Amino acid sequence: MAEMIATRSAYGKALVSLGARRNDVVVLDADLSKSTMTAEFAKAFPDRFVQMGISEQDMMATAAGLAAAGKVAYASTFAVFAAGRAFEQVRNSVCYPQLDVKVCATHAGLTVGDDGGSHQAIEDIALMRVLPNMKVFVPSDATVTEWIVKQAAEVPGPVYVRLGRLPVPVLYQPDQRFEVGRAATLRNGNDVAIIACGLMVSKALEAADILIAQGIEARVIDMFSIKPLDLEAIACAAADCGAIVTAEEHSIIGGLGGAVAEAVTSAGKCVPVERIGVADKFGKSGKPDQLLEAYGLTAESVAQAALRCIARARGM
Amino acid sequence: MPQRLLSDPEQLRAAAVRIRKNIVKMLGRSGSGHPGGSLSSADIMTVLYLNEMNVRPEEPLWPGRDRLVLSKGHAAPVLYAALAEAGFFPEDELLTLRQWGSRLQGHPDMRTTPGVDMSTGSLGQGLSAACGMAIASKMDGAPWRVYALVGDGELQEGQIWEAAMTAVHRKLDNLTAIIDLNGLQIDGTTEAVKSLRNVADRFRVFGWNVIETDGHDIPAIMKAFAAAREAKGVPTCIVAHTIKGKGVSFMENQVGWHGTAPKPDQVEEALRELAAAEEVRN
Repeated sequence: MAEMIATRSAYGKALVSLGARRNDVVVLDADLSKSTMTAEFAKAFPDRFVQMGISEQDMMATAAGLAAAGKVAYASTFAVFAAGRAFEQVRNSVCYPQLDVKVCATHAGLTVGDDGGSHQAIEDIALMRVLPNMKVFVPSDATVTEWIVKQAAEVPGPVYVRLGRLPVPVLYQPDQRFEVGRAATLRNGNDVAIIACGLMVSKALEAADILIAQGIEARVIDMFSIKPLDLEAIACAAADCGAIVTAEEHSIIGGLGGAVAEAVTSAGKCVPVERIGVADKFGKSGKPDQLLEAYGLTAESVAQAALRCIARARGM
Repeated sequence: MPQRLLSDPEQLRAAAVRIRKNIVKMLGRSGSGHPGGSLSSADIMTVLYLNEMNVRPEEPLWPGRDRLVLSKGHAAPVLYAALAEAGFFPEDELLTLRQWGSRLQGHPDMRTTPGVDMSTGSLGQGLSAACGMAIASKMDGAPWRVYALVGDGELQEGQIWEAAMTAVHRKLDNLTAIIDLNGLQIDGTTEAVKSLRNVADRFRVFGWNVIETDGHDIPAIMKAFAAAREAKGVPTCIVAHTIKGKGVSFMENQVGWHGTAPKPDQVEEALRELAAAEEVRN
């Protein structure tokens, strides 16, 4: 059994080590520092932590001001507020002027759990992905989270990092190398490609195990870099596998599935795409596993989508 | 010592007239834009760029400069005219306002125009950005100051009051907000659209050091900025009582001139009036 660490916890830890290395890094939070894990940075570097109180719009534009004055500003709150409440501040005060604001949003997706639909961001990837100058990352485990959080300080301009509340399996060794815009292939196979992000990557690996029992070899791709998207990995998946399944803890509209479907239309080969995600509905209160089950975000539903997709490909 | 381009109030008055003339010319040429709120803040902006702020027009990104955030970004013409007057770019370039390929975008864009410290235009966000800059200056123990020009209609945006709390909470005495209190917004008077009641009182209640001034009296504006620099531990809000469209009689206090550019004959008439104002003073 792999070690379980929430990506938000990896974020908190990475911020502290980044803060020790770079004194131009500042962190802002909107009264959720114990949940977003920026409290660790606040404790280590109180002079570089800006507690904004419950005012996400003010936080994003204040972060923009700090960045305009030469700081690298990490701004954290829940995804529903970061991408939703403060959308237009992120658009006009951060992305339009291409400022070094790194929006690190936690509690994304259904696995927020008990708090219910008002707090479960299912649209944040779509909202952030559409903004010019914005880079969007959805890390699947603690290792890639740590890399992304540190990498965000190196890439110029706005970055959105989508983080989860729930502990998830560690998938990568600490020495794993990553690249912006380059997906990680976790399993090879040429019968179907499962392109996943966030906690659905580990579900995709389980789905691949289910499929192998049926003699189907699935390729599992961790598309942690949603923007820039790894177009080459998608084109290769289309060419080699002929069938693509996407899996994300996000609406099937506009997120990873949308991005992959867009990319497939311009890839050399036209292949069927099945999108696993939240089917244009809001979430509800419940335990994370109950919610994933109820909304069809399970290894079984990914495996079934793979079978449907392969059947569609054969029928083409 | 800060570099002051001009210190004589008479010279500043003359510069303000030149800035107003340029606003009228730019808008006449572009055929669109916002004359009312540009003219109402022309004296304030003149004092800021030519007297109060420590800037280096030849080095617009000088890290030690004072910063201005034009929170009421639609008043871009007054910012551009003031920057040109201060020497950030050639005056001729003003006539390219809002045109394809121009460095002078419809609303301020820090990435294209020398001297523009923050991209603005969506109301309510600039004061927050100014707070962020002021926090950065404090973190670095730097002496540079931050100014934010805020519209009165803009005070209807909730984010302004979030930022108003931030500035006080963080004791940003290196921040000066100037409210261009001209009393008009697109759909009518601020009183009719959604009353701001007593703006000075509201900022006072939020904990700001508040200074009320005539926004067209150059020595008074200079005095207000000097007093703001003396305030310790609190940000200063200068409530500047202004006249929308100030300096062009047919635009003064006329709601219709919020976002309508003058036609060629109106440009001529406005320039004649402004030239006359220049002569009277000379």
